[in-house]
Amino acid sequence: MSLIKQIIDGDRRALAQALTIIENDDHSSQNILTNVYRHTGCAHLIGITGIPGVGKSTLINSLSKLMRKCGDTIGLLAIDPSSQFSKGAILGDRIRMKDLLGDEGIFIRSMASRGVLGGLSSTTAAAVDILDAAGFDRVIVETVGVGQSEVDIASNAQTSIVVLCPGLGDSIQAAKSGLLEIADIIVINKSDYPEVNLTKSYLREMIDIGSAAQTSDAGEQNAISDINEKSDTDNCVWEVPIITTVATTGEGIGDLFERLLAHHDHIKSTGEIIRRHRSRLRAIFESRLRKQLYTKLSQMLSEDYWLRQLEVIMEGETDPYTAATNCIKHFETNYIGDED
Amino acid sequence: MSDNPIRILIAKPGLDGHDRGAKIIARALRDAGLEVIYTGLRQSPMMIVEAAMQEDVQVIGVSILSGAHQVLVPRIINLLHEKGLGHVPLLVGGIIPENEVDELFQMGVTGVFGPGTSTSDVVALVQDVIT
Ligand code: B12
Ligand SMILES: Nc1nc2c(ncn2[C@@H]2O[C@H](COP(=O)(O)OP(=O)(O)OP(=O)(O)O)[C@@H](O)[C@H]2O)c(=O)[nH]1
Ligand SMILES: [Mg+2]
Repeated sequence: MSLIKQIIDGDRRALAQALTIIENDDHSSQNILTNVYRHTGCAHLIGITGIPGVGKSTLINSLSKLMRKCGDTIGLLAIDPSSQFSKGAILGDRIRMKDLLGDEGIFIRSMASRGVLGGLSSTTAAAVDILDAAGFDRVIVETVGVGQSEVDIASNAQTSIVVLCPGLGDSIQAAKSGLLEIADIIVINKSDYPEVNLTKSYLREMIDIGSAAQTSDAGEQNAISDINEKSDTDNCVWEVPIITTVATTGEGIGDLFERLLAHHDHIKSTGEIIRRHRSRLRAIFESRLRKQLYTKLSQMLSEDYWLRQLEVIMEGETDPYTAATNCIKHFETNYIGDED
Repeated sequence: MSDNPIRILIAKPGLDGHDRGAKIIARALRDAGLEVIYTGLRQSPMMIVEAAMQEDVQVIGVSILSGAHQVLVPRIINLLHEKGLGHVPLLVGGIIPENEVDELFQMGVTGVFGPGTSTSDVVALVQDVIT
């Protein structure tokens, strides 16, 4: 119990140790999470995602410096990919976060994705809860450098920032639309490179097409009420800003911070924050359930049974699809109801 | 022992810009299944110890080719003790003259690795100190 109290009281070493326990899913992990849970809910949860090398870490470095000047404390999680072959990882986001060391108001933790493909690791959400409970005003998560469909961050953050850079041209259209869909704020970093304006107008066009598609979708039903509620809906719609930055010099970072605060206010005043909270809880609940069901299943069906299935598939007596269904049947008939 | 990956910090203290060795070691450790937090160049002893604390690593490795190990290593070790991390093994690699190796061991360093070190020796030692 004392580790939990230490975390809440802001003991940094206890926090670091708790994060290890959570990440390794050690036996005391559940107890820690359960006990810190009621201390969560105060932090502004920010996700930063984008293609590899686009400048996410550098951007976080400059943004965090500015946030610190405004008095905010910051908990940071930086996720990098694990090697599929060795399971090892090089976690290098700290290289770009030099200005953030030696400041008691900032805590940085690097995490490996450990085989998960959505841009985060399976324990990132739990680690966010720990940092939230530790009392940081803003909790920032940097995802693995992602392509297009690794958008797990959307259900983990209250504000999602998608970072792009100039020169992507109209390839953005095809490739990055999954990413753009989740953006609350778009940043075109490295805007010291040419083609910034071109990239910006491509993006603007894509977003406008996206929201036009949405409006015409809802069209019929809302047509009448539209006239009366026009000004209301205007307030409710968040127009995704496109901000150009040079993370290495800090150019545009003030603008970004301003929009970040505006977005936080927006979701609070529209109630959107509650919807996001709900979908975050749902994601955590479901992934916990999935993980525990699988663990339970593999514990109850003996390793022998497991291996025998594989043999049977190998020998061509059955196929993997049927085998999986049979496993569940075997589980149901032999174990369910037998317990307690 | 659990099958969770070992977490190790690899850092370059001081103004020394020779980072090939550190990068090679980081890569080799990754390929051996470790999670390597690489901090990059120009880290003060304070930054290294602070990063080790936040990352809760099981081992720290520093790479020094500048000849400043006799100044940097004791500082790192003192700070580790101050922060309650005195138990975390510290490895030192780089250009360390033969007659100064013992001195480093006496300060509390767990391993010293010079030019030509085979990466598998490093991996073996790290796995050894952890278990
Ligand atoms: C390449 C090189 C450079 C390159 C560096 C490129 C780079 N990005 O790394 C350049 C040209 C930039 C350079 C510059 C300088 N260099 Co120079 N450089 C070398 C040289 C020839 C090879 C270093 C190297 O990369 N080796 C290959 C790697 C793989 O080996 P390694 O680093 O030793 O790492 C191995 C082991 O030591 C160990 N290891 C290393 N780190 C770690 C960490 C851990 C945790 C572990 C477990 C193991 C481990 O494992 C590695 C794998 O086997 C050495 C001489 C030499 N033969 O060592 C001089 C040398 C290091 N340089 C030296 C000097 C003086 C300089 C300069 C000051 C020269 C000048 N007057 O401008 C500058 C300083 C630059 C700076 N900012 O620090 C001297 C240092 C003298 C000293 N310590 O007393 C050396 C020894 C040359 C000499 N004999 O005088 N240098
Ligand atoms: N010219 C220029 N370079 C930048 C800018 N921002 C970042 N960089 C450089 O881009 C490189 C990658 O930056 P990072 O911050 O590591 O990028 P990242 O998105 O965090 O990378 P991953 O975590 O590996 O996906 C570094 O060399 C930075 O110095 C910028 O605005 N302009
Ligand atoms: Mg990064």
